[in-house]
Amino acid sequence: MHELSLCENILQMIEQQAKDQKFTRVLTVCLEIGQLSCVEPEAISFCFNEVMSGSVANQAELKIVMLAGLAWCPTCYHHFEILQRYDECPNCGRYDVQIVKGEHMRISELEVI
Amino acid sequence: MCGICGCGERPLTAHTHDDHTPHDHHHDVEQPATVRRIKVEQDIFAKNNQYAQLNREYFRQNAIFALNFVSSPGSGKTSLLTSTITQLPADCAISVIEGDQQTTLDAEKIRATGVRALQINTGKGCHLDAHSIAHALQDQIPGPNSLVFIENVGNLVCPAAFDLGEAYKVVVLSVTEGEDKPLKYPDMFHAAELMILNKIDLLPYLDFDVEKCIDYARRINPRIKVLQLSVKTGQGMTEWLQWLTISQRLSSIA
Ligand SMILES: Nc1nc2c(ncn2[C@@H]2O[C@H](COP(=O)(O)OP(=O)(O)O)[C@@H](O)[C@H]2O)c(=O)[nH]1
Ligand SMILES: [Mg+2]
Ligand SMILES: [Zn+2]
Ligand SMILES: [Zn+2]
Ligand SMILES: [Zn+2]
Ligand SMILES: [Zn+2]
Repeated sequence: MHELSLCENILQMIEQQAKDQKFTRVLTVCLEIGQLSCVEPEAISFCFNEVMSGSVANQAELKIVMLAGLAWCPTCYHHFEILQRYDECPNCGRYDVQIVKGEHMRISELEVI
Repeated sequence: MCGICGCGERPLTAHTHDDHTPHDHHHDVEQPATVRRIKVEQDIFAKNNQYAQLNREYFRQNAIFALNFVSSPGSGKTSLLTSTITQLPADCAISVIEGDQQTTLDAEKIRATGVRALQINTGKGCHLDAHSIAHALQDQIPGPNSLVFIENVGNLVCPAAFDLGEAYKVVVLSVTEGEDKPLKYPDMFHAAELMILNKIDLLPYLDFDVEKCIDYARRINPRIKVLQLSVKTGQGMTEWLQWLTISQRLSSIA
């Protein structure tokens, strides 16, 4: 369950923000999860409330936006949406494409009081 | 308290203000709170990557060559390490960090070879992170010009996402696992520098297609190097020890 430790990381980042930006309560946490990031949004939602309980983000609402994976083919310069890391370039069929977007997971925004 | 990060301190739990217990400070409860939006735009792995960078810098300054061994449970990581340790020259300084959810069995196997081993039990955690490695390095300071072998928790999923500061990830895949593992766990094979195909002594009894497996791995990672090996018979060990020695030397130049 590495989503548990990811939620713990999220909490640490929120607590750091709370110190820097001087807020005491988080209403909403907005996450962006890349399609290729090997993070299961369901599993994140599952442990989110438990990890946040008793913290500044107690009972905060979790909003997840999934970001599509984008890749670029260095052979034929084609840009395309990629669903899995091992998909080939739809233009020339090569596998050694480079992922441009969709590998990451980040906190995009917080709503706080 | 932790000297690296101060993590012994429980993070400040801000009080919520919706209880009416006495406070030692005053505030205007009646005033409606204004909601603010804060743009954060921080990667969840940022913290881990910061620790990894510190570890990497530590390794660089001390000319330490660190490898992060990853695989499914039972592929042969511990066997490969014990066998490697006994075949390396005696003056070669080595320390091992063992990650397992439970037990200290693997660390004991390593210690039986005469090498220092530190066990990290991750409990429910299914991977090692850079922070736990930073602590392990503090507890078991590896000497300059040494080798550090990190055996990660048996899991092909998330150890791929957690940089520990190692020079390379080495993925061990045993031929009993099926040749499509690289396609099923692409992130790991993408992140690895070297794939060790272990237990090739068993190939005569299996339908494992070596060429296909290597082809799949190269689809995910065209630059991946592959060594075929059997810890049991020792086949391929010479090539592996060569890779290890040469990579260590190269890393001290770079
Ligand atoms: N036949 C065969 N068995 C092996 C080989 N390498 C390891 N094993 C066995 O595989 C099992 C798991 O090995 P271990 O090193 O504990 O795997 P780990 O979980 O990746 O650390 C043990 O019973 C080993 O003896 C090999 O090259 N050939
Ligand atoms: Mg082991
Ligand atoms: Zn994990
Ligand atoms: Zn192409
Ligand atoms: Zn610490
Ligand atoms: Zn108060």
